[in-house]
Amino acid sequence: MRHGSYRFVASFLAIPLALYVVFVISPFVQAFYYSLTDWTGISPKFEFVGFQNFKDLANDAIFKASIGHNLILLVGVPILTIVFALVFAYLLNVGGKANSAGVHGVRGNGFYKLAFFLPQVLSVPVIAVIWATVMTSTDNGLLNSVTKKIGLGTSQYLASPKIALYCVLWVMVWGSVGFYLVLFNAAMSGIPKDIFEAAIIDGAGRLSTFFRITLPLLWDTIQTAWVYLAILALDAYALVAVMTAGPGGPDNSTYVMGLAIADNGFQYGRAGYASAMGVVLFFLTLIIAAVMLRATRRERIEY
Amino acid sequence: MTTPNNLPRRLFLQRAAVGTLLTAGGSTLLAACASGGSEDTSSNDGGGTKSDENPFGVKEDAPLDVVIFKGGYGDDYAKAHEALYSKKFPKAEISHKGITDITPQLQPRFNGGNPPDVIDNSGASELPMSTLASTGQLADLTALLDAPSVDDKAKKVKDTVEPIAIEAAQLSGKPLVLKYVLTVYALWYNKPLFEKNGWAPAKTWAEFLTLCEEIKKAGIAPLAHQGKHPYYIHQIVLDMAVKHGGQEVIKAIDSLEPNAWMHPSIKMAAEAVLELKGKGYIMQGTEGLDHIQSQTAWNQGKAAFIPSGSWLENEQKKVAPADFQTTAAYTPLLDGAKLPVDCTEIAAGENFIVPEKAKNKAGGLEYLRIMLSKEAAGKFTELTGSPTIVKGAGEGLKLSAGASSASALLKSGADNNWTAYFGSWYSTMSKPIESVVGELAAGRITADEYQKRVQKIADDTAKDPKTKKQTRS
Repeated sequence: MRHGSYRFVASFLAIPLALYVVFVISPFVQAFYYSLTDWTGISPKFEFVGFQNFKDLANDAIFKASIGHNLILLVGVPILTIVFALVFAYLLNVGGKANSAGVHGVRGNGFYKLAFFLPQVLSVPVIAVIWATVMTSTDNGLLNSVTKKIGLGTSQYLASPKIALYCVLWVMVWGSVGFYLVLFNAAMSGIPKDIFEAAIIDGAGRLSTFFRITLPLLWDTIQTAWVYLAILALDAYALVAVMTAGPGGPDNSTYVMGLAIADNGFQYGRAGYASAMGVVLFFLTLIIAAVMLRATRRERIEY
Repeated sequence: MTTPNNLPRRLFLQRAAVGTLLTAGGSTLLAACASGGSEDTSSNDGGGTKSDENPFGVKEDAPLDVVIFKGGYGDDYAKAHEALYSKKFPKAEISHKGITDITPQLQPRFNGGNPPDVIDNSGASELPMSTLASTGQLADLTALLDAPSVDDKAKKVKDTVEPIAIEAAQLSGKPLVLKYVLTVYALWYNKPLFEKNGWAPAKTWAEFLTLCEEIKKAGIAPLAHQGKHPYYIHQIVLDMAVKHGGQEVIKAIDSLEPNAWMHPSIKMAAEAVLELKGKGYIMQGTEGLDHIQSQTAWNQGKAAFIPSGSWLENEQKKVAPADFQTTAAYTPLLDGAKLPVDCTEIAAGENFIVPEKAKNKAGGLEYLRIMLSKEAAGKFTELTGSPTIVKGAGEGLKLSAGASSASALLKSGADNNWTAYFGSWYSTMSKPIESVVGELAAGRITADEYQKRVQKIADDTAKDPKTKKQTRS
């Protein structure tokens, strides 16, 4: 690069970088600062309380329960989403009959891709309202009227503390599969077709092609998906707030960290305490992302 | 701390930050509402000459900044009130804002030391009143209560309002909030439906169970409740408990007295609700419905009774069938009750406040004084169908079925009507309690467990050094 162009590039970067510092970095730093205060969130006056907020957090039963709920989502959401997305993407790409013309996807795969991607276009509250209606606890709910008709009886879904969290988990998976399907699909179409053809000629079945060729070649993409889904699972605020009783219920069974932050920050007038929760969430996210990237590291395959 | 010039820019950044960062997830959510702002208080004295006509000394050309929660009552009444203010101070420029998201919009203004002059701080995202009070952000309304009334200069404002309004105004031992609307909590039914079937609201628990059985036989669920908001079914539990044990029950709860929730009357009331659930008198699946869904089912005749406040009729206007007559009934009496059957829970609601740091604090107080005139209060009742705390302001107005039955219940209860404050006094208490009540109403816990769990929440609040305690006399 010639010397003068540095200045040119820098001038382009300066504004976005400044915006990033003001709107992303500085709020993070401020959250750390407020977590050490007794700030109420609606008064310019506050005092430093040291690590008192963090000490209180250690004894906060609801917050601890909410971490547990986030951990359930953290395990469930990425695994289910990635499995569903991979299977569907694989079927769309190489699910069709292999013949002399080569490998191709099932018929109408463009339509399927569109159908699967649709939830991604809807905003989260819309998805929450749709599913809350489908899972209505009365006999008139769509799910309940179907299960009743086929003789399975009715369920309380979001009104039952035993299954409400899993209903939310399912909606998160439903809302994410489409995006990762398209992502995996794009990555799969990047794999040269002749690799698959060679495998078929060598007599490999569908399963072994998937596990020995597709999966290893997609590993980088899956790793990325894993980290993103983990971050998604640590939030879940909007779904829980719109769909479940209370919100966060029944019996606090769907209480998540995001909700604890919102309740303390906005309803209880304890912004300092809520900031401490935010700091905990920040480090938790950081640790989980780092661990996942470490644990799933493989040697890169080039083609 | 900061120069005045700094404020607009800071506010701009804060608002922009709120907008951008609400989408950016949990940990950045709060920091977006960055605090800070000037500590120096501007002169709050109106600057005008004080007189009986103008007791707070409002400067006649000082602009007035009004923010109104635009919920079930809309904000047309506020426009009418502003017109009355304009008539008195034609030179004052009035800025009116009717919004639903009070906290996100006003938080930065409070933190920046630049709040509006009058706020109706209500709705789901209201600023926590207890916090506003304990951080000294609310103007003392003593001057307002002692000022001459608009209608009769010989009377003080405090003598023209219902006594509950004076009691409800108290936060941290001072009158800091004007709760303007009078709400009657009741069990509601559809009069034509009951007349057609020859049913009448029951007075005793035994009669109520018989009535429920009859209603159930007719293929209707006797009781629906707003399961996603267990607050409503709790209204029934508390009403039965207070009527059984007397006013002391609720006063002990509000004052966070030890074992207040362990009172035998509360146990009886909780067991009564469990009995309703056990006998199948509560509408199937109502645990999972929100207020609109359950109330609509009730409007459709799927359930006979539903608990709610007197805003119910107005809220359901659009979905209720034409021949529907929303009618208030009392909750039945448990055996051995101390209070009569025809009293109920009432509350003064809608938090009208004047911030301590408001630029035109005198104007804000004057606006509230105008609101407390018979003309302004009558206008409110006319536009919303709800009574206000102003004595006799509803006289001569033609009221709807729901509003007139609520007024009748209010009148018959008189001094036996009771009110609760723990929800607004201790902001951290109501949500966890609701969650326990939901379990009770679903029949998943016993009355004992309900009492123990709620008592624990009350004890934790009492022990919490961050919560300011209040007591009732």
